[in-house]
Amino acid sequence: MIYTLCLVLFMVGLYGVLVKKNIIKIVLGLIIMEYAVNLFLIFLGYRIGGVAPIITRGADLVEFTKNSVDPLPQALVLTSIVISLGVIALMVALCIRLYERYGTFDITEMRRLKG
Amino acid sequence: MEILFVLLILMIVGSIIALETKDLLAAVISVGTVGLTCSVAFLFLAAPDIAIVQVVVEVLVLVILIRATINRDTTAISGDREFFGMAVSIVLLFVIFIFGIKVFNDLPQFGQPIIALFSDAPSNTYISRGLKDTGAANIVSSVILDYRAYDTLGEATVLFTAILGALAILRSKARKKQKETGNK
Amino acid sequence: MTGMTLIVKRIARCVKSFIFLYGIYITLYGHLTPGGGFAGGVIIACSFILLILAFGKEKALERISKSLASELDSIGALMFLFIALLGILIGGSFFINFIQKNNPGQDFHLFSAGTIILSNIAIAIKVGSSLFMVFVIFAVLRVVKKGDKFEMIQTEMRDEE
Repeated sequence: MIYTLCLVLFMVGLYGVLVKKNIIKIVLGLIIMEYAVNLFLIFLGYRIGGVAPIITRGADLVEFTKNSVDPLPQALVLTSIVISLGVIALMVALCIRLYERYGTFDITEMRRLKG
Repeated sequence: MEILFVLLILMIVGSIIALETKDLLAAVISVGTVGLTCSVAFLFLAAPDIAIVQVVVEVLVLVILIRATINRDTTAISGDREFFGMAVSIVLLFVIFIFGIKVFNDLPQFGQPIIALFSDAPSNTYISRGLKDTGAANIVSSVILDYRAYDTLGEATVLFTAILGALAILRSKARKKQKETGNK
Repeated sequence: MTGMTLIVKRIARCVKSFIFLYGIYITLYGHLTPGGGFAGGVIIACSFILLILAFGKEKALERISKSLASELDSIGALMFLFIALLGILIGGSFFINFIQKNNPGQDFHLFSAGTIILSNIAIAIKVGSSLFMVFVIFAVLRVVKKGDKFEMIQTEMRDEE
């Protein structure tokens, strides 16, 4: 059920990318899709009643091994979030260049001026 | 875990508002709320590392996006793309949605991760031997910088390339021209 | 860009060093508490971005210039690669944790995880300086309308005009 809600969030982002005309809205749709995917990967590693994968001083290691959530998706999502920041900067730079060239954010206008 | 349902519904509503509102600044701020809600959800999912990174990155994304949209042409771009393409994409969305729900039947239940089902999953090794092997109490840190450091090296390369691309795209033409005339 | 009002400037002056210190703390204790190089680097970049937003870019660029930021970016990436290559020289394989393997430190102390703390510092330098550089580029440029055409100019040139 909670996976389905996550898929709905992804679909909202995909709808924005496919249907919207404003290029900033398309970038926002891509950002929402990134959130959905990151959240879904963390859901896959969650254990009910689990503790964060950080060993505290004096903790029982056997008990920790039984209760900890999966650290691998967390490590991969950590790098993915920082990469998404660089990619967003690249996309916004492209948007600013397109605005400078055509004077608008509307992608159909850009198509019209192409020829 | 009812709180997660509340947070996810809040995120969906926020993203629909972000995509449907006319004002670009309001849309950008709505995406900001979606990201901050996402970071709260990470906290409830026992992932404090990612929650910290998500909050900070969200602030930076918000600043960059506001920087891009403020002082720009504020005339609202109304309407959608042409009808046929839009209909096709809506049908495509439904098809992807139905197949996605089918896929969830094969995944393990929420709350029972793969490390609980298979005892030889790699994460079990990381959890049980991480402190002894690397000396780091934070297992996520030991995974990204010791067990899987190649991944981090690739990440650094991708970030470097993306920033380089952004700098090359935004390089100022006007200053170059001025320098050339100055040299002449 | 002359900056914001007096209240914002005063608060930013009080808060900026605490944000910077918090970034350093997050970076150095990344192997014991939540955090690490990525979060610490972005927080350090945020402290300089606060300076740009509050005081205008001249004040922030006095502290760290654009060329210094791009050099720090390269230095961070090279430091990370150098730590990985030291693993080949000393431990025998790429990215091996040679310090922890040869003389392990005491658990739950600052100098306990071998190369992880060095890698954290390298990544913090790299991420922080590159994000700062991106923001400087976005802050300096501005699109203006000149006649029929749009042109991208640098703000300091417009100030001279």
